[in-house]
Amino acid sequence: MSGKPKLHYFNGRGRMESIRWLLAAAGVEFEECFLETKDDLMKLQKDGSLLFQQVPMVEIDGMKMVQTRAILNYIAAKYNLYGKDLKERALIDMYVEAVTDLNELLMTHLIQPADKKEQHFATIVDKVTNRYFPVYEKVLKDHGQDFLVGNQFSRADVQLLETLLMTEECKPDILAKFPLLKSFKARISNIPTIKKFLQPGSQRKPPLQEKDVPKLMKIFH
Amino acid sequence: MAGKPKLHYTKGRGKMESIRWLLATAGVEFEEEFIETKEDLEKLRNNGVLLFQQVPLVEIDGMKMVQTRAILSYIAAKYNLYGKDLKERAWIDMYVEGTTDLMGMIMYLPFQPADTKEKNLALIIERATTRYFPVYEKALKDHGQDYLVGNKLSWADVHLLEAILMTEECKPDILSAFPLLQAFKGRISNIPTIKKFLQPGSQRKPPADEKYIATVKKIFNI
Repeated sequence: MSGKPKLHYFNGRGRMESIRWLLAAAGVEFEECFLETKDDLMKLQKDGSLLFQQVPMVEIDGMKMVQTRAILNYIAAKYNLYGKDLKERALIDMYVEAVTDLNELLMTHLIQPADKKEQHFATIVDKVTNRYFPVYEKVLKDHGQDFLVGNQFSRADVQLLETLLMTEECKPDILAKFPLLKSFKARISNIPTIKKFLQPGSQRKPPLQEKDVPKLMKIFH
Repeated sequence: MAGKPKLHYTKGRGKMESIRWLLATAGVEFEEEFIETKEDLEKLRNNGVLLFQQVPLVEIDGMKMVQTRAILSYIAAKYNLYGKDLKERAWIDMYVEGTTDLMGMIMYLPFQPADTKEKNLALIIERATTRYFPVYEKALKDHGQDYLVGNKLSWADVHLLEAILMTEECKPDILSAFPLLQAFKGRISNIPTIKKFLQPGSQRKPPADEKYIATVKKIFNI
């Protein structure tokens, strides 16, 4: 069952966005099937396509893969974006897991109750500038190379770029104190496959708007 | 920098328990250094050994590894518990992510507001019996083999056993509708390294009690 991978999710970023990024970075064309209503989700659940009744689901290489991390791991390994050995893999995993934690914080921002939003935002900014970005800035500083791990382009670079751009959407000057992350951002953005993904008309999704939240809640709750 | 892996965490299950299980299954002896107070955690942070200021931390093969999944993936791959190729790895990852979600619900239970406990426990039971366990029961039924993936012991089997035992602590008869999981539980528990880990006196940690929860809340400012 060859053909392009097929992504099943709602028409927005959520947990599928990192998968879109990685496929795009690897130069892999993919199709998308959007869930618009609760019925769409239930249909997938009823026909046994969702191992744990959840999306994301990606049809790839004859498998109906679920679980974001499993899907990302598979794509990264298949397209040689996962380092050359166990130790590089370990470093990539550490960097990617932290960026994933940060993405979770960003993802849950819009669905915070109104009275908690400001505090939540302050927490995000604090963690970004004191816990996460300094680590990646230091990694780049210490080895002076273009990519995070093994002097070679990997999923860690893709996922970090995705997160850098998402945090900038929250706070445009967030990279002010991180010169190496700034140049990293420019450098990785210029990789041809990524440059293409960053252009209008690509399958990259826009940030979630407040007005889209009710529709989402209806599908998933 | 050989020597035994060294685990840094509180003296309880939390996010470190799956790591203890995997090392034990692989027959790897490990040392533990317990964080008992806020000061212990601050000390680790000030020493610069926690990449993102968080534990678990496992010192292994010259690395100071953090991030639970990174650590587990490394151990699984190193000790041949991660399947033989990409596709087996994919299945192991899918299964492990499912049991991670289930165990995560149980882990956070003591930290939820008291008035939501009953509701959350009911949700755990529902998810275990309608979303997660049926998947593993079916996997075993479909291929009729002893192990979840590739007819060989893997991380997925260890993780599932851990999840089964943890859910049984919530509801002892939770496997009543899952005969193959019952047999699986018996079978995997009898693997010598795992049998040893399940015996009293091993480094396996007990379920969280009131005292432990209070300590954790203090250390991590919850």
